[in-house]
Amino acid sequence: MKRTSVGLTAELIEEISREKGEPRWMLEHRLRALEIFRELPMPRFGPDLSEVDFSDISYYLRTVEPVGSWEELPEEIRRTFEELGLPEAERKALAGLGAQVDSEVVYRSILEEVRAQGVIFEPMEEALKNHPDLVREHFMKVIPPEDNKFAALHGAVWSGGTFVWVPEGVEVAIPLQAYFRMQTQGVGQFEHTLIVAEPGSSVHYIEGCSAPRYTKAALHSGMVEIVVKEGAHVRFTTIQNWSRNVYNLNNKRAVAYAGATMDWVSGSLGSKVTMLYPSTILAGKGAKTENLSFSFARNGQWLDLGAKAIHLAPDTSSRLVSRSVVQGKAKSVFRGKLYVAPEAKGAKGHVECSTLLLSPEAETETIPTLDVRNHEVEVGHEATVGRVSRDQLFYLMSRGLDEAEALSLIINGFVSPILKEIPFEYAVELKRLLEMSFAEAIG
Amino acid sequence: MGILEVRDLVVTVEGKKILKGISLSLEKGKIHALMGPNGSGKSTLAFALAGHPDYLIEEGRIFLNSEDITKLPPHERARRGLFLGFQYPPEVEGVRLREFLRLAAANCHEPFCEFQKLYLESLAYFRMDELGERELNVGFSGGEKKRSELLQMRVLRPKVALLDEPDSGVDVDGLRLIAAGIEEAARLGTAVLLITHYPRILEHLPISKVFVLDDGHIVREGGPELAWEIERSGYEAVRG
Ligand SMILES: Nc1ncnc2c1ncn2[C@@H]1O[C@H](COP(=O)(O)OP(=O)(O)OP(=O)(O)O)[C@@H](O)[C@H]1O
Ligand SMILES: [Mg+2]
Repeated sequence: MKRTSVGLTAELIEEISREKGEPRWMLEHRLRALEIFRELPMPRFGPDLSEVDFSDISYYLRTVEPVGSWEELPEEIRRTFEELGLPEAERKALAGLGAQVDSEVVYRSILEEVRAQGVIFEPMEEALKNHPDLVREHFMKVIPPEDNKFAALHGAVWSGGTFVWVPEGVEVAIPLQAYFRMQTQGVGQFEHTLIVAEPGSSVHYIEGCSAPRYTKAALHSGMVEIVVKEGAHVRFTTIQNWSRNVYNLNNKRAVAYAGATMDWVSGSLGSKVTMLYPSTILAGKGAKTENLSFSFARNGQWLDLGAKAIHLAPDTSSRLVSRSVVQGKAKSVFRGKLYVAPEAKGAKGHVECSTLLLSPEAETETIPTLDVRNHEVEVGHEATVGRVSRDQLFYLMSRGLDEAEALSLIINGFVSPILKEIPFEYAVELKRLLEMSFAEAIG
Repeated sequence: MGILEVRDLVVTVEGKKILKGISLSLEKGKIHALMGPNGSGKSTLAFALAGHPDYLIEEGRIFLNSEDITKLPPHERARRGLFLGFQYPPEVEGVRLREFLRLAAANCHEPFCEFQKLYLESLAYFRMDELGERELNVGFSGGEKKRSELLQMRVLRPKVALLDEPDSGVDVDGLRLIAAGIEEAARLGTAVLLITHYPRILEHLPISKVFVLDDGHIVREGGPELAWEIERSGYEAVRG
């Protein structure tokens, strides 16, 4: 089988599982998730999802067989990756790289010295075969299928994605990267990323996403689960530039144990609708999280973003920062949520969101939720909304910049507190994605 | 014919007529002063010449280097060698002074290596070394903003520089630096229109001409002595 029939049935799930040669427990997990999916309601908040038709999606498609080198990829896909600069990035500066087209990872490499450190960086399917116990211990434990309808859907039909395991005390000095491409019309993508950082280890994982534009609505519903053990540090950077027919409904969550640090950096440029709320559960004393998000919503888009920090332990701290730019008839929402449990004495949390509106029809909403259950805390929230001032524009133009250059500089400047956290020296293709969408917006 | 020729300029702002027929001529390598009471229209003239979209030119013409630039957008004027030093430079968050100026210089046909050299040299010239990597005007003190405007002029080497009160709110040492910058620009051929309230800066500079603007009209033109006359007797007497 290369492609499943359209629609979502138990037979389909069994077919996918058989195709992948999965262990029994995974098939059972999938079937249970399907049951839960059927019972759970659609989200009761946020954008209109009525266009998503679960019976009209191909849930699995193996477009090309995995290859050992870029040259072996079909011409069209190879060209796409080259335009994005992936092979270049891999040569120059990455510890490892994975590339997924539709449902399966088609290319993966890892630097020998990183492998020698004992780091595992494998497509999920391979990891399931090579490290069954490790995967089983963590798979969908951070986000169980019961969590929400899309988590359940993901649990039933997941395919592809990456497993990363960093041994105790190992610091992966340069980033690992994954690139996701939805290539074929009508096929959903449901990759699963699981990162386990053992005590005292550190790793930076970067993912980028894109798709050609089709008229038919498409669904991407990935899941990222991260376990950051005592004193470990994980940084997870995403830039998504899905085409404007994609419903991008993700689940991303991390658990940080004592003294651990979890950083999220998310850039949302593409998609028709995005719902993305990376969360960190601060489960151990002194755990920290930083969650930086920037978004650029343009005509017809609804980017419903957010960040959550769940403080369960004393002396935990969180910082949730968002910068959104909205142009044309588009909407951006930021839901910043802090929960501080009664036992999380000495917790510190800060939510900050700023929006820059480029047009009169642009809409924005910021929805902070601060649920604080003890008194020994420091929490704060700030929100600002601004417009590009004519004086700023004129000032830049009076120095010889044309309007597009001036606007681009202002937008870049506005999101720079977050952009500067992205290591473009590694992720050349992310920079290209950004430049392309800025240019499109302004041009 | 001067490098900048302004003929019978009538300008409205938000439907209100502010400039009521201004003519003046600026000469290459010369420093011209423009004085006038608060609200007389000095900044309006500077904005209109630089092409600010809120300052509508209802009548009249502007020629830069014999070319009619009356209808050109601001960046086209800049690329042809017109520079405006702002009275109140806006802050632009996240945009580095160096980055911005590099783009501007490229648009004004400055080769990159030339820019690099000129930028560093100009930072030193205006004692701005600590500001070189800062965001554009963000958190700059009043005096620092003025020096930053002069620095930009020095790097872009315009044919015509309209400097709107570069001396306001500047301390003695800063004033000396700014005057030196203006004099150097003129020496290198820039025609300067220096808008000021204070004859103090004129003491440091060879002024070729003083224009007095009042209620949207140029009411007097004369030599440097005119500035002192204003200082002594106020605008009431000068209006004549
Ligand atoms: N954007 C604007 N909107 C409304 N009125 C304006 C605007 N700009 C200028 N004006 C008006 O035009 C007149 C001239 O203002 P302008 O700033 O040119 O004066 P000025 O001579 O530069 O004064 P100052 O010495 O105080 O800087 C003033 O009455 C001012 O209120
Ligand atoms: Mg003024």
